[in-house]
Amino acid sequence: METKDIITPENKVYSAPRLLNDSTMHYCPGCSHGVVHKLVAEVIDEMGLEHNAIGIAPVGCAVFAYKYIDVDWIEAAHGRAPALATAAKRLNPDRLVFTYQGDGDFAAIGTAESIHAANRGENIAIIFINNGIYGMTGGQMAPTTLEGVKTATTPYGRNVELNGYPLDISRLMAQLDGTCYVTRQSVHKPAAVRQAKKAIRKAFENSINRRGCSVVEILGTCSSGWKMTPHQANLWMEEHMKEKYPIGDLKNNVE
Amino acid sequence: MPKPKGAVTINKERCKGCDLCVVACPTDCLQLQKNDVNNRGYHYASVIAPDNCIGCASCALVCPDACIEVYKIMI
Amino acid sequence: MSKEVRLMKGNEAIAHAAILYGVDGYFGYPITPQSEVLETLEAEMPWNTTGMVVLQAESEVASINMVYGGAATGKAVMTSSSSPGISLMQEGISYLAASELPALIVNVMRGGPGLGTIHPSQSDYFQATRGGGHGDYHLIVLAPASVQEMADFVALGFDLAFKYRTPSMILADGVVGQMMEKVVLPEPRPRRTEQQIAEQCPWAATGHSAGRKPNVVTSLELDSALMEKNNERFQETYRLIERNEVRYEAYHTDDAEYLIVAFGSIARICLKAIEDAREKGVKVGLIRPITLWPFPYDAIREASKHVKGILVVELNAGQMIEDVRLAVADPNMKIRHFGRMGGIVPNPSEITTALNLIMTNE
Repeated sequence: METKDIITPENKVYSAPRLLNDSTMHYCPGCSHGVVHKLVAEVIDEMGLEHNAIGIAPVGCAVFAYKYIDVDWIEAAHGRAPALATAAKRLNPDRLVFTYQGDGDFAAIGTAESIHAANRGENIAIIFINNGIYGMTGGQMAPTTLEGVKTATTPYGRNVELNGYPLDISRLMAQLDGTCYVTRQSVHKPAAVRQAKKAIRKAFENSINRRGCSVVEILGTCSSGWKMTPHQANLWMEEHMKEKYPIGDLKNNVE
Repeated sequence: MPKPKGAVTINKERCKGCDLCVVACPTDCLQLQKNDVNNRGYHYASVIAPDNCIGCASCALVCPDACIEVYKIMI
Repeated sequence: MSKEVRLMKGNEAIAHAAILYGVDGYFGYPITPQSEVLETLEAEMPWNTTGMVVLQAESEVASINMVYGGAATGKAVMTSSSSPGISLMQEGISYLAASELPALIVNVMRGGPGLGTIHPSQSDYFQATRGGGHGDYHLIVLAPASVQEMADFVALGFDLAFKYRTPSMILADGVVGQMMEKVVLPEPRPRRTEQQIAEQCPWAATGHSAGRKPNVVTSLELDSALMEKNNERFQETYRLIERNEVRYEAYHTDDAEYLIVAFGSIARICLKAIEDAREKGVKVGLIRPITLWPFPYDAIREASKHVKGILVVELNAGQMIEDVRLAVADPNMKIRHFGRMGGIVPNPSEITTALNLIMTNE
């Protein structure tokens, strides 16, 4: 059978998510954000929540998330997405309310909002992309940057005496009584992408079913900020990031 | 025993040439175009060995820009 | 139907009026001298009656961003704080203005700068009337002088905020927040239904997007040409508000030889000084701006035409006086300021002394 004969609608097994629109994403080649955007769009569609979802976009590389996924969005100030989500969900309790945040947004400038929204058990889902760097502003140190890693603001490598330690905020999140589900995933391989999608689905179900706050951390890569090819970045992430930030569930109170 | 046979289409203008699909493909079907670029200047991904494709969708799953559609039959 | 007259603090009146107005959500953080707003709401438990959400946030930063999140879904949401807390909120207030979101912010001012004092002040006039945060924007600023106005301005503030899609602020001082007076609370009205919100706020990110394109609430626009267009739209709204919404009260301005301009609680103390002056045969009038933005420039200009001097009385070092000077625009007019700072509220005799100084041309 010829390839062209296979390419028919009934044989299609994978296509771009329906809710991901045609706008070209502004992300650099190989950026993990694109993969996670696809998963968010797929899960919303599969759960039938297209017309029942409110996304909260961050400040950082994902600031334009609202341009790509066709649901209602609110663009937050830097770090404040969990505060916005708190009100959006309490005032609209039947909606899926999720935030989409990077490490600077979630774990540095927004730490207070992150911890308190989680600790109150807000029925929101937090998608937290940890790539250990500030991508949007040009590759500066993030709260999650590993020790020794060179960035624009740690040109000789992160020195813990100067810059403090990398922050495993998800571990902190898992300690809080208000979180029901905290997990860490990655999207660097097909199997990992499938696992990450399941995690996002679980978090979104928890929001809809009002089971508490869910945090899905996704170890991402930033080939531009890390100054590597996307593939090298995946290998580096696998080799270095997973030691400090191991993949898997940190907490799951909802079976 | 039936074996999977697949095919992919790549939205070349949306592709940013990140190479992640090429790495993810278990049957070496894909390659970045060495001598051609798309309208944004990227060496886009293309199918070089269509007969190898098993329709596993690994390429599409890791593609950050949702450029790839996958088709599959059992023969 | 006879209205029930009740006795309560200004802060309590704000809380009761919010529930009766059908406010959807209140988000706030304790700070003296306004904590009774949150305390009263928590005690009233409106979530059991109207369904209003009340939440003590972890900070003023969180409070205002909760307001931003709630307002973006089309809900009627509010917060209250006092001066240092309002400073913390300025980023969020700028976002509200830039995203054209209706909301109500209450500032029960205390003396600053810095941590300052918990006692009454009006030293946030500049901050409130000039926008407060970054960027070119204005808030509709309402200055209550009584507990009754604290109650009434909740509805007025929300009505104007929704009419013009811009945040409004009740700029009260610690006196109005803390003093107890009789008040007639407004009639209750039901909270808007989802259908009504969808009709009133077609821009809102309600999540219920069936039958329309997805809504995005954002203040971000990287294209400078489009961002200038956004700014032009904001400015058009502000010009409209300036034309339509100026509010003030004038006392005895018709025959006045001297004019006092004062807002909020101190305007009432000025009334006593005016009464004393008139008993002695000196005709003094008062203009009390109710909207500090838009400011009653025309009314003050008009009233200034027949007076020999103007005394601006404020609980600050002289802020509104700049707007009075702009209004009068006459370099020969004597315009003097009298104010106390740091939480001190002057008595009428101090204002009389200041009036005497302006009359004796000192």
